[in-house]
Amino acid sequence: MTNQDEHKEGIGGMINPRRYGIERVAYLLMRLSGLGLLAYFIGHIYETSSILKGEIGWNEFLEITQTTEGHAILAIVIAMCVFHTVNGIRVMLGHGGVGVGKPARPDYPYIPASQNIRHKMGIYSAIILAAIAMLYGLAVMFGE
Amino acid sequence: MGQIPSMAEENMTPSQSITLRIAKYNPEHDSAKKFMDFTITYERWTTVLEAILEVKKHFDHSIAVRYSCRQATCGSCGMIINGKPRLACFTKISELNSNVITVEPMNNFPIIRDLAVKFERLFDTHHKVKPYLIHDDTEITSDTKEFLQSPEELEQYIQFSNCIKCGLCNSACPTMATDSSFVGPQALAQAYRYVADSRDKGKDQRLKIIDDSHGIWRCHFAGSCSQVCPKGVDPAMGIQLLRGYMLGFRS
Repeated sequence: MTNQDEHKEGIGGMINPRRYGIERVAYLLMRLSGLGLLAYFIGHIYETSSILKGEIGWNEFLEITQTTEGHAILAIVIAMCVFHTVNGIRVMLGHGGVGVGKPARPDYPYIPASQNIRHKMGIYSAIILAAIAMLYGLAVMFGE
Repeated sequence: MGQIPSMAEENMTPSQSITLRIAKYNPEHDSAKKFMDFTITYERWTTVLEAILEVKKHFDHSIAVRYSCRQATCGSCGMIINGKPRLACFTKISELNSNVITVEPMNNFPIIRDLAVKFERLFDTHHKVKPYLIHDDTEITSDTKEFLQSPEELEQYIQFSNCIKCGLCNSACPTMATDSSFVGPQALAQAYRYVADSRDKGKDQRLKIIDDSHGIWRCHFAGSCSQVCPKGVDPAMGIQLLRGYMLGFRS
């Protein structure tokens, strides 16, 4: 059975952050930051391997990170790292059943207890901390 | 001297009209989904299902739609209404605040025709988690006429027993959007419903079933399932509590 036969939303539906509130935005950011950090990790291994070319080769490669584009990429990496860490702690606690509320007889209008203010605060905190860390990184790198 | 309008008169608002866009698709003949527009009048209390049935009665009787109880009990009329999975009988046009209402078949379910989708996979995964009490003493004898349970024990699972198997949670789930083998939030929530039942002894069996690469570990706690549930089941909570058992957070 093909994807069309199954009428699956596909990746476009999976990453659409517009329909289900901040939780789905966090879901998307978690995936993007995870993939971004993986790309950075691969690049970082490639970068540090340049030491095999000796001091000159190492210094030449290091100069790339000292450019405006290099600083901008590092600032984004800082933001991704902070968001992924803070939101990751929230998600891990949630996965263990921590902070998702207690089962109870539901009453209309059925506001889900698992989508509570603690988790929303956790998401907003992750975004704000990532933004602060990125701005601090930009200030340090461009303030030289 | 002005007259004070009665409550009945105050509630009498003139009929308004909207455009109802209905997805038409027959997998046997059509290559892609098409939309047909109908202008219909509605009252404050008119539901989307009533609007669809109005169109079916007066404009296009060929529209395929599944429905039964019209009171959010049977779980038949789930569909995508203005981009989100909802029950058509439980969604009033007036609360959508839009002049155009678009109705499409639920995502992540194979389409039979137009708005009707196949439920086989949902029922298969539901059945897979053994949605019944597993207990050695199932035969009721004269001495044990019932399995006693305290109100506190009932509270542990009663919320999850409200599931009407409408499939809205599976339609909203981002994992279901890409993974055909994922067991889905509906079945996982039902696994928790029976694991949390003090009368049930099948916890180990069920945990073994869902401890799979396409099982509970594919849930990433996006929570969309709980946001669309029309009965307040909160599958995301059930899944995380169930995972708490597996990770040793709960006993």
